[in-house]
Amino acid sequence: MTTRSINLLLVSFTLAAFLLSLTAGKVWIGPADWFADNASGWIMTELRLPRAVLGLAIGAVLGLSGAVLQGYLRNPLADPTILGVSASAAFGGVLSIYLGATALPLGLFGFAMAGAALSIILLILLADRGGGPLGFILGGMVLSTLAGSLTAFLISIAPNPFAASEIISWLMGALTDRTMDDIVHALPFMAAGMILLLTTGRALDVLTLGEDGARSLGINLKRLSWMIVLGVGLSVGASVAVAGVVSFVGLIVPHVMRRLVGEQPSAILLPSALGGAILTLVADSLVRLMPGAGELRLGIVMAVLGAPFFLVILLRQRKRMA
Amino acid sequence: MEARNLGFSHGVRPALFDISARFAPGQFSVILGPNGAGKSTLLSCLAGLLTPDSGAALLGDAMITAMPAKSRACRIGLLPQSAQTHWAIAAETLVALGRYPRQRGWGLSPDDRAAIDAAMQATQTSAFVGRPVTELSGGERARVLMARVLAGTPQWILADEPLANLDPGYQIDMLALFRAQANSGTGVIAVLHDLHHAACFADHVVLLHQGRVFAAGDAASVLTSDNLAAVYGIDADVRTGKEGAIELFIKGRVAL
Repeated sequence: MTTRSINLLLVSFTLAAFLLSLTAGKVWIGPADWFADNASGWIMTELRLPRAVLGLAIGAVLGLSGAVLQGYLRNPLADPTILGVSASAAFGGVLSIYLGATALPLGLFGFAMAGAALSIILLILLADRGGGPLGFILGGMVLSTLAGSLTAFLISIAPNPFAASEIISWLMGALTDRTMDDIVHALPFMAAGMILLLTTGRALDVLTLGEDGARSLGINLKRLSWMIVLGVGLSVGASVAVAGVVSFVGLIVPHVMRRLVGEQPSAILLPSALGGAILTLVADSLVRLMPGAGELRLGIVMAVLGAPFFLVILLRQRKRMA
Repeated sequence: MEARNLGFSHGVRPALFDISARFAPGQFSVILGPNGAGKSTLLSCLAGLLTPDSGAALLGDAMITAMPAKSRACRIGLLPQSAQTHWAIAAETLVALGRYPRQRGWGLSPDDRAAIDAAMQATQTSAFVGRPVTELSGGERARVLMARVLAGTPQWILADEPLANLDPGYQIDMLALFRAQANSGTGVIAVLHDLHHAACFADHVVLLHQGRVFAAGDAASVLTSDNLAAVYGIDADVRTGKEGAIELFIKGRVAL
């Protein structure tokens, strides 16, 4: 199959997953009731539609960011959390819950985006010093650890058990109870970030030759690292701000896509965005269908699915190196 | 192409001092020198990857580091030291990367395809079409990477230790490729380690020692017993054999 027909297939699967996400849940809503003036119609417009749109956008952001970062770092184990943007945005979100700022308009979203912005600035400073891929990995690790510790600190000094549990539950990542407002806030950042990331494809291809080879062919590595930091920072930051940290999508999806369309870095960008959307929409639909009073957190489901997959990748890679 | 009073430091550690060397198009020039003499650093300066601290690397009258990246890339092709390729992409896709600085927009133009075909034919890699480069042997991959450089149809080819990890047969293949490129008018500059290769193939040799040009000229004038003893600390017999060929026999270390 050609890459084009695989892309078309993925687009139709994405559409199907989107429709599934609209239909499936504790209450099944058939197409007839989607625009009805009753409880079903209300569930559709107020709950399901925002949730499906966010699932689509977040999945696409994570899949694409993962594919770009794996290409840039030339490391198949990279994922969108590696730059520390997720942890920083999460810390911002947690801080807003701790301070009770979530009631303000744009409270949680604004705090989380501020956290993401701070990490973007730090990473760009690092890139300007000529840090390169290794600098990013180490810098991201420092940012993640720092933000993670500060988050743990806030949980430990939470004023009451309810606040602590609210924080923990938000951190787990979910698409529950998002409104159209959340979408309106997050989508511009996600769209801008994704456009930046989609334009890096050719440069990532040339990086297959290593950094010297890429520079000798006229690639401006500093500019590329700026674009990647900004692209990942804005889009992943916004996705954490509305849905918490959803792990493993960005790690798994590019690997699956490499099997389908080959390993050329630019060829897996679009498929990874689509695949991320499909995986997130289907997983979120499953989350809603799980029996029980409460709802499993999307982040947890992803991690449970993702961890074994990660292990298989690691074992395979070791075999290839051996 | 020329290095004019070029100096460069890695941080506080100086690597090159006042290097002046000229390279002519249509010649196969070889940069020789012991480990740490500054060979790769000089090549990186000529390729525009490093900016000299003093002096300049020039192409014609233009400072190479001041040239726009893409027009520099169209004129100077670099074969970097590590023959690593990070993803299992097909050989022809890898070769196509050489067209990057000349491409406008997406997809390959007929010109691009013609240049890719010609490069793969010249390097005898046409048979690898469709095969992932990671599955090729070291010698096969080196030729594909060379085809990548040729696909960009540069006026200058700079190669940093292009023979590392190749068996003697593939080494000669690569040297013959450089020779053929030089004969067709391209300027070729390669960092090599093997004195015999330089003696047999080079038109012009620049011998570096401790960051300075120790000797430069044709192979016969540079590869002398005295020069080799002073730079490498080796005791070598150098003779001019039949038809002007240089015969080199390394007997051992110079007694200190």
